[in-house]
Amino acid sequence: MNKMRKILIVDDEPNIVMSLEYTFKKNNYEVFIARDGQEALEILKVQQPDIIILDVMMPMVDGFATLEQIKKDKRLQHCKVIFLSAKNKEKDIERGLSLGADLYMTKPFSVKKLVEQTNELLTD
Amino acid sequence: MSSYSLLIILLFYLGILFFVAHWAEKKANSKWTNNPYVYTFSLAVYCSAWTYYGSIGVAAQSGLSYLTVYLGPVIIIPAWIVILRKIIRISRVNKISSLADFISLRYGNSRFLGALVTFISVIGIIPYIALQLKAIAETFRIVTQTSISSNVFNDTTTYVAIALALFASYYGTRYVDASEKRKGIVTAVAMESVLKLFFFILVGVYVTYFVFDGFEDIYAKASLIEGFREKNTIGGLPQALNWFFLCLLSLFAMFLLPRQFQMAVVENNRESHIKTAIWLFPLYLLLFNIFVYPIAWGGNILFSEGAANADTYSLLIPQYFNNTTITVLVFLGGFSASISMIVVASIGLSIMLSNNLLIPYGFLGTLQSDVQDKNSKRIVNIRKVCIFLLIIVAYLIYRFYVLDYNLFSIGLVSFVIMAQLAPAFFGALLWRRGSRLGAIYGMLIGFLVCVYTLLIPYGIGITNSNSTFISEGLAGIELLKPFQLFGLDYLTPIPQALFWSLLFNTIIYLAVSVSFKGNYRERNYAEMFIDIDKYSTMHENAFVWKGTAYTRDIEKVLKRFLGEERTKRALTIFNLKYNVDKNQEQADARLIKFAENLLTGHIGTASARILISSVVKEEKVSLQEVLHILEESRENIIINKKLTETSNELKQITAQLQKANEQLLEKDAQKDEFLDTVTHELRTPITAIKASSEILYDDDDIPEALRKQFLKNIISESDRLNRLINKILDLEKFETGKQQIHATKNSLDHTIVAALEPLQQLIRNKNITVHFLTETIAEAWYDEERIIQVITNLVSNAVKFCPETDGQISITVTENGAYLQTSIRDNGKGINPEDLDAIFDKFYQSTNQNIKKPVGSGLGLAICKQIVEHHKGKIWAENKENGAVFHFTLPKHNSTENE
Repeated sequence: MNKMRKILIVDDEPNIVMSLEYTFKKNNYEVFIARDGQEALEILKVQQPDIIILDVMMPMVDGFATLEQIKKDKRLQHCKVIFLSAKNKEKDIERGLSLGADLYMTKPFSVKKLVEQTNELLTD
Repeated sequence: MSSYSLLIILLFYLGILFFVAHWAEKKANSKWTNNPYVYTFSLAVYCSAWTYYGSIGVAAQSGLSYLTVYLGPVIIIPAWIVILRKIIRISRVNKISSLADFISLRYGNSRFLGALVTFISVIGIIPYIALQLKAIAETFRIVTQTSISSNVFNDTTTYVAIALALFASYYGTRYVDASEKRKGIVTAVAMESVLKLFFFILVGVYVTYFVFDGFEDIYAKASLIEGFREKNTIGGLPQALNWFFLCLLSLFAMFLLPRQFQMAVVENNRESHIKTAIWLFPLYLLLFNIFVYPIAWGGNILFSEGAANADTYSLLIPQYFNNTTITVLVFLGGFSASISMIVVASIGLSIMLSNNLLIPYGFLGTLQSDVQDKNSKRIVNIRKVCIFLLIIVAYLIYRFYVLDYNLFSIGLVSFVIMAQLAPAFFGALLWRRGSRLGAIYGMLIGFLVCVYTLLIPYGIGITNSNSTFISEGLAGIELLKPFQLFGLDYLTPIPQALFWSLLFNTIIYLAVSVSFKGNYRERNYAEMFIDIDKYSTMHENAFVWKGTAYTRDIEKVLKRFLGEERTKRALTIFNLKYNVDKNQEQADARLIKFAENLLTGHIGTASARILISSVVKEEKVSLQEVLHILEESRENIIINKKLTETSNELKQITAQLQKANEQLLEKDAQKDEFLDTVTHELRTPITAIKASSEILYDDDDIPEALRKQFLKNIISESDRLNRLINKILDLEKFETGKQQIHATKNSLDHTIVAALEPLQQLIRNKNITVHFLTETIAEAWYDEERIIQVITNLVSNAVKFCPETDGQISITVTENGAYLQTSIRDNGKGINPEDLDAIFDKFYQSTNQNIKKPVGSGLGLAICKQIVEHHKGKIWAENKENGAVFHFTLPKHNSTENE
């Protein structure tokens, strides 16, 4: 069996995080959780996950700003990023992708589909 | 000093003059040539050789009366600013370039009157120019200590006259349009004015402090001379009257001397320059006069009576003490004074001669070429010839006539003759009824009186003549003695000539004007002159004209004098100014006046009118009609003003609308943002519910505990969704005014306790201590259910903000005037200061980004604000040293019952 892949989930909604955590663990991911951008960046100092699921609207440091920081870090170059946001306007999606995200998924989302997309991203 | 060295100095000086003029022409628009000081100093062309030398002569021989020539101008100067401004405005608007234009235009654009004014001016001024030449010749001889030569070619003055004629004809006729500004001449004259004043003060200081021991020394020594006392008091009433008339005379001269009109009016390019002239010019005259007296009496002390010409004391004194430098400088100052007068006067006269006499009475026929260059060249040449002729005639008079008279007397004769223009000139500014015939007859009779009382006696010689004309009167009739006309024997010749000539002139002007009404054109111009301020912007409107005219014909005439390009440009300006279609064939009164104005500067008012009349068909207009049309045009001007006001109002309204529109757009954007946030807020619980349900549906082997947790999540997110929807509806109700407040008298501590009750669990969970103190019987009017909502919201916010350990919340109720104030304080990290006001906006999102998540739903505080404000209370937040405080007030008395 493959080495366990690492995923960082960044969202301030505990109930959404709980669903994501359960699902990814079940799919053999090692899961890290952050409640906002700041926490995520703290975790990223010591961890190099394979993929990050990032909410956009969060207190303190939002998702876009977080991604900007991530992109500056050379150690995290290989790291894939999926935005998962209730902001579903064209311009938000464009902005997210232009910042370098690999995928932008809108809320509400299908857990199944998210896992599929994540797996696909990581096997590329 | 030898003639040659002085000649070289003179040549050098003239070279500088040419250079300055040349430079100024090139810098015509620079601030060096367009400033009020240049304007004021150019006015000092008033101080000619007569001032420079003559006043010393008068002061030496007859004491104080030299002062009158300067008192007159000084007295008029306060009124000057008003009168001169009016004259300048009239002249600018009508493109007037001379006195003759000014007077003839006002009296119905009369060709004859213009010619008469020109004739009188030429007669009056030529001897004056001759006088300047005489001064140059005499002073040259004194400095070089040579005697007069009978050979014209040995006379320096001949060459000076030729040089001046060249200078004046070159710089004075550079523009065909005589109303153009001659910056070169003006600047050169201004420079000369400064120099002559400087040199005069120099010699004054020299005489007073180096030759003598100051003013007192001169006075002490002079008072010993015979006749000192008599010469230096005004004397009785006759003497006072003489003074009065001399003052009056010089007062008129300020306006009526062609060189003054030229400098003050034609060359003025900014009205505001008058403001400087009004104080600087009198100051200039004062400075010029300070040393007249010491030099005059210093000369009287040094030279025995009759041994020297008192006019030239300023040269003789330094020469007596062998101070060549000062002698030469004084000479140069006098030379400056003379030549600026000669140049400006000859330019002014040449314009009058060409535009008001020669062109309208003869040369107009020769200006028929279709090529503009030819016509312009011809006009300029006419003026050049005029300048040469004037200077030549003046030169001849100097050679053959004026050698006998002193500077002062010839100057005054000239003044008296020019004063004949006064009634018509001032009448033009003040009296609507003044008519052309009145002006012509008054001026003619006044001039004839001058001829009788001054020109003939001076012509035949006052002292060295055998004629009995002066001593016994015409044909021996006592009453007709020219210097004591009608037995008036206590005035000296000049004042009495002025008195009689002006008296006849004025009476006839008034009488004829009243008896014979002027025609419609005179009346039209009377209106435009007197009410110039009303018409100065759209003056073409005030011109009354009826008939048939075609734009094409007028254009053709204009092209002959202005050339193709300038004509086109001028017409474009006209069409823009009056919003006229450029293809309009028929010309109206405005275009006719406009065209006349364009031509006026080139060929004078009368010729302009003749030319335009030749291509249009004018119908006579009755006087009644003129007044009627003028009334209308005045109304038009008022309407125009109102239109401008209305359009300004419209502009304001437009601006307001624009602002309102912007506000609407902003509101719209806010609404968009609100919807955006609402959907986001709604999507979040739905997302959680969907994710949880999906897991529950797909995954059959979830541990029981987890399965329950997911179900619990679904329930709580559903509640959250429901609360959110309620809040949005609440807010909507408040904002649209549908929400009713049912205020009753309540006790606030009860309400607070009731509100805290359901929050106990939350507070306990976080180990927070709540302090609640009331210091008053807290009764107020409010809707209890709503206020519980407010308190719940504020307390739960406080709970959220409190630190994890040792959280403290204190609630206090205090009296605040007619209100009870409730304050809820936490010990958290406080609120970002710039957000303090904005947190009460619904879904407030921190200013610089729109993606930061609001605390809570983002609606709670907005609802609180609505509730409190519906109670007529206030809600606000502030930061204390540790933590934030939220305050809200409620009225103690019923204030909502009227709602």
